[in-house]
Parts: sequence; structure tokens; C-alpha cells
Amino acid sequence: MTPYLFVFIVTAIVTLGAALMVVTARSLIHSALWLVLALFGVGAMFVLLSAGFFAVVQVVIYIGAIAILMIFAIMLTRRVMREDGSRFTRGWWLAILMALVLLTGLVWMIQSWSGSSSTMQPLPPELVDPIQSLGAMLVSPNGYVLPFELASILLLAALIGAIVVAWERK
Amino acid sequence: MGDPVNLISTWLRDLLVNLGLAPNFVDFLLVVLGVLVLATAVTVLDIFLVWVERKVVGRFQDRLGPNRLGPFGLIQPFADIIKLLIKEDILPVGADKIVYNLAPVMALGTVLLLWAVIPLAPTLIGADINVAVLYIVAVGAIGSLAIIMAGWASNNKYALLGAFRTVAMIVSYEVPMVIVLLVPVIMARSMGLMAIVEAQDVWFIFLAPAAALILLVTSIAELGRAPFDLVEAESEIVAGYNIEYSGMKFGLFYAGELLHAITLSAVISTVFLGGWRGPFVEQVPILGVLYLLIKAFLVYWVIMWIRYSFPRLRIDQMMDFCWKFLTPLALVLLIATAILDKALAGSSTFVYTLSMLAANIIVAWLTILVLRRYARTERRKVAELKPIATPPAPTLEESLGQE
Repeated sequence: MTPYLFVFIVTAIVTLGAALMVVTARSLIHSALWLVLALFGVGAMFVLLSAGFFAVVQVVIYIGAIAILMIFAIMLTRRVMREDGSRFTRGWWLAILMALVLLTGLVWMIQSWSGSSSTMQPLPPELVDPIQSLGAMLVSPNGYVLPFELASILLLAALIGAIVVAWERK
Repeated sequence: MGDPVNLISTWLRDLLVNLGLAPNFVDFLLVVLGVLVLATAVTVLDIFLVWVERKVVGRFQDRLGPNRLGPFGLIQPFADIIKLLIKEDILPVGADKIVYNLAPVMALGTVLLLWAVIPLAPTLIGADINVAVLYIVAVGAIGSLAIIMAGWASNNKYALLGAFRTVAMIVSYEVPMVIVLLVPVIMARSMGLMAIVEAQDVWFIFLAPAAALILLVTSIAELGRAPFDLVEAESEIVAGYNIEYSGMKFGLFYAGELLHAITLSAVISTVFLGGWRGPFVEQVPILGVLYLLIKAFLVYWVIMWIRYSFPRLRIDQMMDFCWKFLTPLALVLLIATAILDKALAGSSTFVYTLSMLAANIIVAWLTILVLRRYARTERRKVAELKPIATPPAPTLEESLGQE
């Protein structure tokens, strides 16, 4: 067993275990904290794939912004500290069914992809800085400039919407 | 000529490989050892910081500071540590035990994590990753998580309010910080801190003084120091998120706070003050550590100077300052830098430096003009006579009826 494999297995177990705790923890705050660990595990997975940029962005956005926002929202709602009530909703079997369907679909999709069976190769050394190529692709007309700009406009609209909603009319 | 750290590392590697250990395992062992040495060195520096901070506060407030134990009171931090260690360890009623105990460890640990990417000397860096600038932001985000964990797990309303304030502040000030960190990234064309230092033939503070100033201000906010210390506003929320902590657990928060200050100072000096650059550093690489520490302590001193000279801001003033002033200014600076950088591609260093500096000065000057107009209207509003109760204006019928 190579050290790489060992680290991968540990990360995978921690991530999956934390994900399981998210849905089974009794208190909402604990769920949110377990979610942070699970998201961090995904970030570590990106590091193992030598995708440093995605790892860091994963932490910045999912932990730094989304998880913190969730914890804020949970703390601002009442009855946070109480741990009563059932942890399962009435439609839990439906949720399991949907999750299974999604999992099967994903597994099938990855199976049918030609790259899934090939072994991983380290990044070629002549590729100086992957971030530079990523940045160039994001704004090049032959690359992804249209989706990139569309996403920007969407975010801008959300931003303006938030301001309009929060605006105090005098 | 190599630096002593790398020499020792090579020597140790040869020794262990000759002893019959697998080279892979030896490399792994050396990495672990390197992490331990760096973390320990930084933590020892932290003990010294307790003394520095108290001594400098003393001087700013026209006192002597600690001067009883040892020469210049140098033994004082050890007395403080012994005191913290023998204090009673209190777990508040209704506290969340695991989260409560995890928070101080995370608070100090996330600060130590930052040192992994700071280049200490031309040949000495923990991990030269190509996304170091973003990494700093990411680690800061985990640090804010530690504070919110501490505030929530303490089961104390003041702690929770303090944590809310901290996180609201850190999340807000992260925005201008990230934007302004992109200015040196554009100039160096890399997000790696080593590449940023190597690109600073002219220190970036001379190219972008306004950006450096914004980074300093946002760093102070990130630290939660005065004038942004409403996190621990004693008159309002007693002590903030760490109110329930006692003994060494409080000590960890305190140590983390001090270390965070010097760490962010080191980041600022790396990004804007040339990091390890200095005379003779090519010949003797280990001098770089000294230069970095000198610059970091200089920035740290400025941070303390601001801390002990300014009164505390109100929370609405703080938020206004971030969202209505720093963020737009940082965006303008970023756009100006990006456009100028593209326009000046291929020009000499002298022209490049001068135009960048001019752009910064023009932006700063325009900002001051706008601020002056704003302040004038605000002052006029305050100066206006505002009667507390005004009689309702008489309607037409009433005034007719009186006649």
C-alpha cells in the first residue's frame, strides 16, 4: 500500500463518516460542523488529485462562506439548543430512493466515461502553472467566456436583488 | 552556499538512508520534522511576543511595562504561562464539551498553518504552492470558524454575541482583502508567495501604496484589534467570544491572537515589502529570515501603534467603512492596476513603477476629494437645527377659522 493510497483511504473514510454524521447528528449545529468536516475532506481529496486551486477554493467558498452562513442562519433561528423531535421526516424512504437513483446514475455515467478505467498520471512538468491556463480559458472567446460572463451577470443580479430587498425606503 | 537548515536536512537524510531506512520513508520523516521545527520556532516566537506587546503598550501609554522579572522584564511571559497553567480549568454549565475544547486548538492551529506558505529565505519555505494567496484567505476562513465554535459552545450570550460580531467583521473585511491581494498577484503574475517575492525588484509598496494601506486596514480588522475591537467591547459584551475560557485554553486564544498579528505582518511584508529581500541575501540565504522578521516586526509595530491610538468604532461605522469605502476603493485600484499592467507591457521597470505609483496617487487623491464632499454634507446635516417637537402646520381651514 503506497502512502498515497493510505492517505486517500483515510480521507475518504473521514469524509464519508462526516457526511453520515451530518444527516444523523441530533443537534443542528453539530450537523453544520460535521458538514464543514465533510467539505474539508473533499478539499483534501482535491489536494490528492494535485488540484490545489480547487482545494483552496473549496475551503474558501464552502467553508468560509456557505458553512459560516448556514451556522449563522441556524443560530439566528429559535429553538437551536433543543434537541427534541424526530430526526426523520415522513418522506425518508423517498429521499433514500432518490439518493439511490442519483448514485446509480452517477456510477453509470462515470463507468461509461472512457477516462474512468485509465490509471492517473502526474501532471506533465511542462505545464508551468495550471492556474494560468485556467484563467486564460475562462476569458478566451474559444474557451468559456460566455458561461463565465453569464454566471457573473447572474451573481450581479442576485447582488442587486439582495440590496433591493434590504433597502429601507424613506 | 546553502543555508544551515537545508544543510542539516541533507545531512540527516544521508545519515538515515545510510542507516538502511527506505528513502521514501526518510523524506516523509523529514517533512514531519520540518513541520515540527517550524511550528515550534513560531510558537517560541509567540512567547517573546507577549513581552513585546506588553512592553510596547507600556511605552505608548507612558508606562514602563513589565520590568520586574529578569532584565527588561524578559522573564515575565514565563511567569504568565505558569500562572495560566495552574489556573482552574472551568467547563461552563451547558457547554458543548468537544466543540468547546476544540475551538482554542483550532484558533492557534489555523495561525500556525499560515506559516507553511510564507517564504522565510530564498531557499527556505514550507510549501511553495501556486495558490498561496488564496490559501491565506482560506485559512482565515477556518480561523473564523474556530471563533464561532468558541462563542456557541460556551453557552453564554455575550460569547455568542462576540462571535457573531467577529464573524460578521471577518467575513465582510475578507472581501476588500481578497481584492487588494490580487494587485500584487497581477504585478507578479503568480499567486505563489515565493514568485511574488522574487518579482519585487522594486517593493510593491512603492508601486501600490494605496493597496498596501487597504491590506493593512483589513488585516487589523481580521485580527479584531482596535479600532476594530468591538469583538471584545468590555462595556457592551464583557469579553466577547472567549469570556468563558480560563487557564491555558484562554492562553491559547491569547497566543493565537498575538501570533496572528505577527503572522499577518509577515504576510504583508512578504506581499508588499519584499519579504526576505535585502542586501547580501543571495550570498547568505539565511539572512532572509532576519530581514523578514525585521520587516514583520516593523508592520507589527505599526499595527500596535494604531491599536493604542484609536478609539473603537461602532458596528454600523465599521460595516459602512468596509462596504461603502474599502470595497469600492479596492475594486477601483484593482481595475486601474489591471488596465495599466496591460497597457505598460514591455516598458521598463522605471516607467512601470512610476505609472503605477501615479495611478495609486491619483486614485487616493480622488478618494480624498469624494470623502471631503461627503464629510461636508454630513457636517451640514448635523449642524442643521432640528427642533425636537414641531407643531403641526395649520391647515387652510384652521388658519381661515382663526381670522
